[in-house]
Amino acid sequence: MAFVNSQATTFNDKVVRQFAIMTVVWGVVGMLVGVIIAAQLTWPELNFGISFLSYGRLRPLHTNAVIFAFGGCGLFAASYYVVQRTCQVRLFGEKLAAFTFWGWQVVILMAAVSLPLGYTSGKEYAELEWPIDILITLVWVAYAVVFFGTVGTRKVKHIYVANWFFGAFILAVALLHLVNSAAIPAGAMKSYSAYAGVQDAMVQWWYGHNAVGFFLTAGFLGMMYYFIPKQAGRPVYSYRLSIVHFWALIFTYMWAGPHHLHYTALPDWTQSIGMVFSLILLAPSWGGMINGIMTLSGAWHKLRDDPILRFLIVSLSFYGMSTFEGPMMSIKTVNALSHYTDWTVGHVHSGALGWVGLVTMGSMYYLIPRLFGQKQMYSVKAIEVHFYTATIGIVLYIAAMWIAGVMQGLMWRSINIDGTLTYTFVESVKATFPFYVLRLVGGLLYFAGMVVMLWNTIMTATKGRSVTVNIPALAAHA
Amino acid sequence: MDILYLLVPLSVVLVFFIIAGVWWAIHHGQFDDVEKEGERILNDE
Repeated sequence: MAFVNSQATTFNDKVVRQFAIMTVVWGVVGMLVGVIIAAQLTWPELNFGISFLSYGRLRPLHTNAVIFAFGGCGLFAASYYVVQRTCQVRLFGEKLAAFTFWGWQVVILMAAVSLPLGYTSGKEYAELEWPIDILITLVWVAYAVVFFGTVGTRKVKHIYVANWFFGAFILAVALLHLVNSAAIPAGAMKSYSAYAGVQDAMVQWWYGHNAVGFFLTAGFLGMMYYFIPKQAGRPVYSYRLSIVHFWALIFTYMWAGPHHLHYTALPDWTQSIGMVFSLILLAPSWGGMINGIMTLSGAWHKLRDDPILRFLIVSLSFYGMSTFEGPMMSIKTVNALSHYTDWTVGHVHSGALGWVGLVTMGSMYYLIPRLFGQKQMYSVKAIEVHFYTATIGIVLYIAAMWIAGVMQGLMWRSINIDGTLTYTFVESVKATFPFYVLRLVGGLLYFAGMVVMLWNTIMTATKGRSVTVNIPALAAHA
Repeated sequence: MDILYLLVPLSVVLVFFIIAGVWWAIHHGQFDDVEKEGERILNDE
């Protein structure tokens, strides 16, 4: 059967370009909201008594914007670019690919309006109400058709490891979304979850942790396995290890979710299973991290003058840090101290700012000039500036949250000889104040770096022009 | 914990799909010359 895309002589970079630009734009927006709510936690008056600006409404706006708008657009851009290059074929489904772009932007805009208005299903990282959930489903099915259609019509026999990661991410997110968002509508923007009580909590964190595993990890590992070798100009350290990494990771991820529900109404044995699977996950995670970093083995000097490579490699160090910290925090006795404290917030941001953020920025710095027919970004110096502001911002952020979290945990559990609590809750809030200020400074730095990236992107795009890249005459039959 | 009657079988089915994926990859020559595949992407444009 003849497919239109397999006869095409050029890559479809238009949709990649659109997603890449929106990655940067939504990054600025999402991180700005993050800075605002960090300021609100420090000085609660900053909601000015306006319901749209209250913390409870802006917080899901922040998480949705950075995960699904910034991260999501980054994943769309990277996966569409990588699958075309590694399969040596034009993207499958011209109109369908365009639909994923416009559909995803509509989802984001609907989230940006409905969340501040207070419409929420109350499910963490899945707050959007049912009409938006249906649109997400449509876009995701189209995404799967475009991606797997492209893999299915590939001109190269081997499916590169990055595509396996992207494919697993697409399929797993589809399944998670369908099960977790099952709800009974009770009005145009109101619904009730199909599950209740502890059942709902279990589904929520089965979804929640696998969203971390497949959206925020597998997808971005796909990015890592393509853009690090390309930017370094060297093949991945061990391709064999990358295959083991992939299968081991997807085998073990599914049952880590219960560690979010330690010491709750969830049966004890389910909690223990969650803890054990979380500990096992350390092995594939570190295997992948070492594989990525060792790609530079023998070429470490490249880190000295290539800020893009620095983004990518430092992102892996944060990946390693947070995939060590995560299993440790899933141990019940550690969790007894860490849970409900700002340590969790610090852990999430070490993964989000450090791993997901930096690997996306590095990949976009690789992509954007190529998409506009340029050799490099308008200002390499600005990439350098971005790298340092972002890294210092992350370190301030997570160090502040570690100290605050451990302190809170110790204060809450401290009891006097007569069995009464040593501290009232508000005393721990007061003690946290300086760390909230420090976190805000870290967040501001990270946000400032993103603004520099936006400026650099605009300059690169206006200096260059949208180019159409030919599919190279096939040399690879492998 | 009725929900486990959904989630556990779902995971088991998923594991079967993963095993089928590995089987397919092994028997369709995906891993025949793996280290070469790592180098191929460096010349894809």
